[in-house]
Amino acid sequence: MSEIAQKVKKIIIDKLGVEESEVTPEASFTNDLGADSLDTVELIMEFEKEFNISIPDDQAESIATVGQAISYLEEHAG
Amino acid sequence: MELKRVVVTGLGALTPIGNNLEEYWKSLEEGVSGAAPITKFDAEKFRTKFACEVKSFDVHDHIHRKDARKMDIFTQYAMVVAEEAMKDSGLDLEKINLARAGVIWGSGIGGLKTFHDEVTEFASGDGTPRYNPFFIPKMIADLSAGHISIRFGLMGPNFATVSACASSTNALVDSFNYIRLGKADIFVTGGSEAAVVESGIGGFNALKALSERNDDPTTASRPFDKNRDGFVLGEGAGALILEELEHAKARGAKIYAEILGGGMSADAHHITAPHPEGLGAKNVMIDALNDSGVKPEEVDYINVHGTSTPLGDMSEVKAIQEVFGAHAYNLNISSTKSMTGHLLGAAGAVESIACIMAIQKGIIPPTINHFTDDETFDNKLNFTFNKAQKRDVKVALSNTFGFGGHNFSILLRKYEE
Repeated sequence: MSEIAQKVKKIIIDKLGVEESEVTPEASFTNDLGADSLDTVELIMEFEKEFNISIPDDQAESIATVGQAISYLEEHAG
Repeated sequence: MELKRVVVTGLGALTPIGNNLEEYWKSLEEGVSGAAPITKFDAEKFRTKFACEVKSFDVHDHIHRKDARKMDIFTQYAMVVAEEAMKDSGLDLEKINLARAGVIWGSGIGGLKTFHDEVTEFASGDGTPRYNPFFIPKMIADLSAGHISIRFGLMGPNFATVSACASSTNALVDSFNYIRLGKADIFVTGGSEAAVVESGIGGFNALKALSERNDDPTTASRPFDKNRDGFVLGEGAGALILEELEHAKARGAKIYAEILGGGMSADAHHITAPHPEGLGAKNVMIDALNDSGVKPEEVDYINVHGTSTPLGDMSEVKAIQEVFGAHAYNLNISSTKSMTGHLLGAAGAVESIACIMAIQKGIIPPTINHFTDDETFDNKLNFTFNKAQKRDVKVALSNTFGFGGHNFSILLRKYEE
């Protein structure tokens, strides 16, 4: 697992209060990990903070699963 | 319209001297001080370096991490005591009409730590706003009432009372009145506060409201002592389940006490100083007596606001003597803030609980830390100094006064058929 993927997982576990085993690439924030709309806003903000980038709203909307977050950040961060 | 009778059927407490009802009462009886050096932040540069903090408390023993992080500490405290009081009441949520069960919850300030942390983070950044989406819903003072309703599915009247240090007595009086008027059967009510934060201590220090007895914190809260020098900031929460009498009887509930009346008044004098003659304090006690139809001579115990400030203690005593006349000498008066410190918006809830337990146990909790008489007080008054006293308490009155000049009193009586 890349360093970025590890950081993303850590943020998700911390913010959503879920177990590491639940954070699979296919897991959807809202459907599988119990996030509501405020939780997803917070996640995006934490990604922005951690990786020091700005994620535009229209792109943020397309980040709905763990895998999508990892690949977006691998592409745009670092 | 015939007014309904209102009784107390459940209690919960999280205080600097005990993390549940039983521990709280034991410490009240034994005269334990909750004051100690501040652990929540480095207070080295502050004029006051001590407070009455809640101790040995891990929120995750009570609330799931996922939920706890969306709550400010004042709401976490609220959830813990609401849970204890609900359990204590024996209410079965499947059997009650949830649309007639409400929440009225007091907090003087709300999420001060959340506000402090978020603004500090913004101010130390480069001006890019990165406020957390939970910032506002953690901070605002009404969110404890909201969270409690969500937790238990209570869909009746729901709001917060904000009247500084009178906030939770305000909540109790409002809840009492709504049940009395037939607007609801049940309320989860009380209050919570968590202001032991840099801006809380610093803000009250700037007002010269806090004791600065840093060399001896446990004796700093000394209401009615000649050398009192301000209040000691406390934190915590108290919850009460109020219920319409017939509703409580129908389910065979344990009844702690009956609420007979609530008093409300304003000083209309100054934002922080009490009226020098105690006019608002006098009026609020008279209002509570009138509302309940109880004669002054029937009152056994007054749990006073008594914060240990030079002016406040004096004006409250003046008011008591004017309202009760010669009967003032027969009263037991005590300030449990001598032990708990001042819980601000939660004070009224935990002090009403002290009154209810005094009625239940026949014991008046003391005003601890009395060393030197203040000759301005009539020495025939019984302030229950230093040791608890036995007394069959039929009627108890709890006073709370807040910055802004808000005054609330609540009158409680031993339950009789």
